[in-house]
Amino acid sequence: SSWWSHVEMGPPDPILGVTEAFKRDTNSKKMNLGVGAYRDDNGKPYVLNCVRKAEAMIASKKMDKEYLPIGGLADFTRASAELALGENSEVIKSGRYVTVQGISGTGSLRIGANFLQRFFKPSRDVYLPKPSWGNHTPIFRDAGMQLQAYRYYDPKTCSLDFSGAMDDISKIPEKSIILLHACAHNPTGVDPRQEQWREMAATVKKRNLLVYFDMAYQGFASGDINRDAWAVRHFIEQGINIVLSQSFAKNMGLYGERAGAFTVICKDAEEAKRVESQLKILIRPMYSNPPMNGARIASMILNTPDLRKEWLMEVKGMADRIINMRNQLVSNLKKEGSSHNWQHITDQIGMFCFTGLKPDQVERLMKEFSIYMTKDGRISVAGVSSGNVGYLAHAIHQVTK
Amino acid sequence: AYRTDEGQPWVLPVVKKVEQLIANDNSLNHEYLPILGLPEFRANASRIALGDDSPAIKENRVGSVQSLGGTGALRIGAEFLRRWYNGNNNTATPVYVSTPSWENHNSVFMDAGFKDIRTYHYWDAAKRGLDLQGLLNDMENAPESSIFILHACAHNPTGTDPSPEQWKQIAAVMKRRSLFPFFDSAYQGFASGSLDKDAWAVRFFVSEGFELFCAQSFSKNFGLYNERVGNLTVVGKDADNVQRVLSQMEKIVRTTWSNPPSQGARIVATTLSSPQLFDEWYGNVKTMADRVLLMRSELRSRLEALGTPGTWNHITEQIGMFSFTGLNPKQVEYMIKEKHIYLMASGRINMCGLTTKNLDYVAKSIHEAVTKIK
Repeated sequence: SSWWSHVEMGPPDPILGVTEAFKRDTNSKKMNLGVGAYRDDNGKPYVLNCVRKAEAMIASKKMDKEYLPIGGLADFTRASAELALGENSEVIKSGRYVTVQGISGTGSLRIGANFLQRFFKPSRDVYLPKPSWGNHTPIFRDAGMQLQAYRYYDPKTCSLDFSGAMDDISKIPEKSIILLHACAHNPTGVDPRQEQWREMAATVKKRNLLVYFDMAYQGFASGDINRDAWAVRHFIEQGINIVLSQSFAKNMGLYGERAGAFTVICKDAEEAKRVESQLKILIRPMYSNPPMNGARIASMILNTPDLRKEWLMEVKGMADRIINMRNQLVSNLKKEGSSHNWQHITDQIGMFCFTGLKPDQVERLMKEFSIYMTKDGRISVAGVSSGNVGYLAHAIHQVTK
Repeated sequence: AYRTDEGQPWVLPVVKKVEQLIANDNSLNHEYLPILGLPEFRANASRIALGDDSPAIKENRVGSVQSLGGTGALRIGAEFLRRWYNGNNNTATPVYVSTPSWENHNSVFMDAGFKDIRTYHYWDAAKRGLDLQGLLNDMENAPESSIFILHACAHNPTGTDPSPEQWKQIAAVMKRRSLFPFFDSAYQGFASGSLDKDAWAVRFFVSEGFELFCAQSFSKNFGLYNERVGNLTVVGKDADNVQRVLSQMEKIVRTTWSNPPSQGARIVATTLSSPQLFDEWYGNVKTMADRVLLMRSELRSRLEALGTPGTWNHITEQIGMFSFTGLNPKQVEYMIKEKHIYLMASGRINMCGLTTKNLDYVAKSIHEAVTKIK
């Protein structure tokens, strides 16, 4: 007999299931709109030029492979913080923050979740927007936290339910934790406007909530790194000491290299040192110290002026292509003669789009047109290209007319 | 970490070569790996641990989880055991760690949620060797189903391993008492220079029919420290059990790091799956192991030539990166303060710090410490 006879088979990953079905499909017109990674206009993965250049520079330096410190590569963590907060941030100047390298977005979120579980005494409750990235819930749960929700997406309008959100947020018990997507909300693509962010910041401050920002798409959403970080910076300017997780998976195309960071903004530099020491105590029994490669590439790019300039252009290029595809999808739907309002497709931002399609329509798209997306009607706009946007519009029109 | 005879870090020549191959391969990109890691890495890594002719591999009852170094493999294994071993969420299952051990073992299992972490006898300071009887007694008295963390080879920090005969005794008790073996294998190849020799204990347990975990690190034997290359090898009773275990491991990985880093795994997979590169790697590993073995024998012979009081055969009988010299804290203080030779208060030295240039000085200093300080 086995120790594992009672171990249940884990549930199949829903997004993986989409990709598997896509792979099996023999239709030459098939489209995979479940993919969470950027694709170029030929539907291929895109390795940024600045990444290739950084890799060549790194190779020429012939560095050793000695362990990084537990908190990661200092040049990387410093540059990450500056990227998020802005170089002229008072927080950066005063040193009242700590940034540790994390295993991309997930690892950074998890470090933060574990840190809050251990050191945030007032509450176990983390409030997520409805809906949120599917992995947020299990991450916080495995860290020992409890999950609550605030209204966010309005399926009737395919946009932000702002009054619902404000209503819920204003009722969150004081000193709870609220998680906010800094930009390019995943999965809906619906972001608050600046005046809406201002109201949220005021309410959050009044409720004395601990704010946890998840920023996985800085630069990748609007094409402008400063614009995408506006909410984060605004909250800080309002005197809210946020915690923040960053990912470089999408904006630098470093997916499998796992480059990310977790930041805690503190009262002062002395508090930051104490927080740092505790973060290291959390990290050491998880994986000892983080992987070098992705952080080294990101650091090289952020800290080398020419490469940084090139990166800013390339990330804008990716964002622009996605915005372009959104525009083309809407105009093609109009050309097809669709009478529906598809404005949300261009109002939404980032990699993902909540189309508003119903499960049965999603099913038809899959069966009749070999177009694959998750059941909630979410598409990855990155999977759309100028070569297939017409086909996509045609198919959507067929199942919605 | 390993150091050359010039006291420098060493990037293995085969690693440099493979990195160049990877850099020149324009078909490669930076896309996500699967949650459990790079398939070619996982299969090869487990094959290295268990052997090409492993019955467990042939019977398709081996699973692998690419992890962030040996630490990451230990943590994923610990998280799984805490959820699924000995009933569900049985945080009260005792976990036994050797005395002494790598200090992070305790933290890994504690942070994974285990509430009862105990010690088992291991180092006999008086005889400067393994306290086998103490170890076996602890196993006899351990509650059934207890988890034991075993060092596969090159015990850290003592450098003292059970002999094959002693391993057989350990396995017999563990089988009889239904104890769970969780191997930590951080030095395969690096210890003796032979992959097979350094994996003997793990493979013996497999041949005895145990279900076990083995946390592997490729930090030392590939010199890939900062790329965080590790693997958790799972040996189960049959394929079906292993499949269900892996599906639950996926859930754990997904909330810890989602999917593992690509670079290090690619280097190892490329190397292990090419007969030519594999041979080159083996040669590099042997270079490192041989240098450490040479330093051990040179240090011992100098101490014996100096007539340093005490016996010094433990220096060559111990294996791996570390050696428990037997120096007491006062003697260690002398070494640090007077001779500027840095070692742990436990008397543990890192053999990699020895070079042909400093052997005489170190030997003389130990001699002074032992004769001057009691």
